[in-house]
Amino acid sequence: MKYIDEYRDGGLARSIAATIAGEAVSHRHYRFMEFCGGHTHAISRYGIEDLLPSNVEMVHGPGCPVCVLPVGRIDDAIRLAMRPEVTLCTYADLMRVPASGGASLLKAKAAGADIRMIYSSMDAVLIAEAEPARQVVFFAIGFETTTPSTALSIGLARRKQLTNFSVFCNHVLTPPAIRAILDTANLPEVERVLVDGFVGPAHVSTVIGTSPYVTLAAEFEKPVVVAGFEPLDVMQAVLMLVRQVNEGRSDVENQYIRAVKADGNLIAQREIAEIFELRDTFEWRGLGELPMSALRLRAAYAQFDAEHRFDVVPAPAADNPACECGDVLRGLKKPADCKLFGTVCSPETPMGSCMVSPEGACAAHWIYGRFRDRAKASAVRAAA
Amino acid sequence: MNSPRLRARKLDIRGGLVDLSHGAGGRASAQLIDEIFREAFDNPFLNQGNDQAAFDVPAGRMVMSTDGYVIWPLFFPGGDIGSLAVHGTINDLAMAGAKPLHLAASYILEEGFPLADLQRIAVSMGRAAAEAGVAIVTGDTKVVERGKADGVFITTTGIGVVPAGIDLSGDRARPGDRVILSGSIGDHGVAVMSKRSSLGFETEILSDSAALHGLVAGIVAVAGPSLRLLRDPTRGGLGATLNEIAQQSRCGFLIEESRIPVRPEVAAACELLGLDPLYVANEGKLVAVADPGATDDLLAVMRAHPLGGNACVIGEVTADDQYFVQMTTSFGGGRIVDWLAGEQLPRIC
Amino acid sequence: MCLAIPIRVEALLPDQMARVTLGGVSKVVSIALVEDVRVGDYVLLHVGYALTRLDPDEAERTLALMRQAAVPGLPAMAEVLG
Repeated sequence: MKYIDEYRDGGLARSIAATIAGEAVSHRHYRFMEFCGGHTHAISRYGIEDLLPSNVEMVHGPGCPVCVLPVGRIDDAIRLAMRPEVTLCTYADLMRVPASGGASLLKAKAAGADIRMIYSSMDAVLIAEAEPARQVVFFAIGFETTTPSTALSIGLARRKQLTNFSVFCNHVLTPPAIRAILDTANLPEVERVLVDGFVGPAHVSTVIGTSPYVTLAAEFEKPVVVAGFEPLDVMQAVLMLVRQVNEGRSDVENQYIRAVKADGNLIAQREIAEIFELRDTFEWRGLGELPMSALRLRAAYAQFDAEHRFDVVPAPAADNPACECGDVLRGLKKPADCKLFGTVCSPETPMGSCMVSPEGACAAHWIYGRFRDRAKASAVRAAA
Repeated sequence: MNSPRLRARKLDIRGGLVDLSHGAGGRASAQLIDEIFREAFDNPFLNQGNDQAAFDVPAGRMVMSTDGYVIWPLFFPGGDIGSLAVHGTINDLAMAGAKPLHLAASYILEEGFPLADLQRIAVSMGRAAAEAGVAIVTGDTKVVERGKADGVFITTTGIGVVPAGIDLSGDRARPGDRVILSGSIGDHGVAVMSKRSSLGFETEILSDSAALHGLVAGIVAVAGPSLRLLRDPTRGGLGATLNEIAQQSRCGFLIEESRIPVRPEVAAACELLGLDPLYVANEGKLVAVADPGATDDLLAVMRAHPLGGNACVIGEVTADDQYFVQMTTSFGGGRIVDWLAGEQLPRIC
Repeated sequence: MCLAIPIRVEALLPDQMARVTLGGVSKVVSIALVEDVRVGDYVLLHVGYALTRLDPDEAERTLALMRQAAVPGLPAMAEVLG
């Protein structure tokens, strides 16, 4: 597969790994946060941790749209789906996310709610067109990578003059989340995430470009390297970050030059701006209320806004008190640090969203990497 | 004077539908069985017309297996629910090292199911059985109201006999044993998925659905007691199979991703759908675990068989008290192949 | 969720759609977000929409940079600034 296989070359990986090991200063500890869940998944699935020297550590960030969706919003979606006239269309990733009271979209479907798993928001529009008697609601989530497709679908629904299509919008923005991770001067020390730099998201950046990261990098003096999704991209980005740290730089660099431009995708940005506007504030699981961090439909498109059509009254719901997804999302804890990990919480019985989505730090660690906990535990025992 | 013989009209296979009378046990039932099933399966047992089949049993240990088939769609590239039902149960017997003897087939039909489709399935089953040299000797048909079954559900049960001295079992893997895979993974699952219009992709991949008992006979003959177990990675794919064996044998595995054959089209479809080929169903492949000394002979005999041309060693059994299936990725780093919650897509077999 | 894959454009279709192919598997997707798409281009596909065109020259340059990175001891290049 062109543009895929070449960036998975194991031989080149070992060589770049040797370079990283050579250039990482031995008495320094480097902590880099990969913001995006797709990178978390790639790092786990390819075992990239094994190729990095022990003083270069990857910290998993909150860039997983399923993971940062608060429980209350899933409850809202389930309530919508339980309405007899509603057909709720959703990405498959959301089906098993635990909601309040042990509910989930999967269980609601088993109980008779008309919930359909779709691959693309366009499928939801086509379902609405084909089934005019149903009120089709598209459960929209995602960072800036996915927002343009929702915008285009609303445009399509308008051109088709559909009166039975609406969107339950939960689109969020990347730069405010990075800011929330970095802007910790007011927090007690134990709550500050210490990172030396960021691996910037791949496909979010094809849409927003690299310029939104420039003020963040300058203000907080942390380097950002936007990286592609393939494992060699991640390795090269780590090398670029190590070099920046060694040279005392905090620049925005673009490793993903084959797909990302400084200005991003202007057509996509225009489509988003046409349909959506910023919410004053939005609750993020693990990060709390963040200002200007999420989108809602503009008034001109109110007829396609499910919150408007169905009078959705937000009912914020608390997370399971023992669930430590919040700390994991902010990089404060590793999955194995959570008491529920592997005991009560697993992909079969997820307690929190970090375990449900394959891009969640906990799921990625469980599915691909938990065998390393054993080695760490024996190393700890041996050292004691 | 002789009483008039009722001249029955033949079933309208082209345009007719299954209706409730076909399951009622009367004349209509008998006609359905006669004109569709007996016609397609044509063997002395069925032709006797009894509710059961009686036969002599050869000496040795008997093996029995049963499976239900609820696959959707019913017809897919490389097979259909009928051929799958024959291959699948033959394979379950073969994984015990057995020579399959006979099959039984029972059908739950939905009212309104086209007779043309039923005939197509029956003909396919007859052909699969004949090619495998295993007869469908008895069966049953029931009809349920429209909406209570999705077209047709099939259950096949098979019996076979295991040669003396062969004792294959999932709990027999030992550290140091080699793991051999008979060919590429993911073909069946991708072929079936391509026909589900909601996923919207097209490909020429065919299901690998096939009867493996011929391949198994060669394996068993050459390996003898060096062979620990055979298993076919169906639902849940190679990943599920290795984890099952790990649990049963209380061991671990260390496998190499770069040695596992995956067709480019299967890799591409999995890439498109975000699936891992390790967990995609197969219906014509097997995993063999054997003593390292038997490896060369096993590979030779498998590669000489049409269903084992791509046979290869993919790894080995390890001592692991947590029964992890560890894998070295083609990229070089390590990961485990976890025991997932279940099949990634429903109604895959 | 951010899964996006590089895929080749085989044919342009009406209404800003295109048929794309990866390793013999084909799909019909929207190219409304990308300008001047031509048959033979590679695009990044995400949930049924092409997000951007892949630049073959930059792809080649990336591989070259990676091969250079694989040789320890070479002076750090002034790498790409976004």
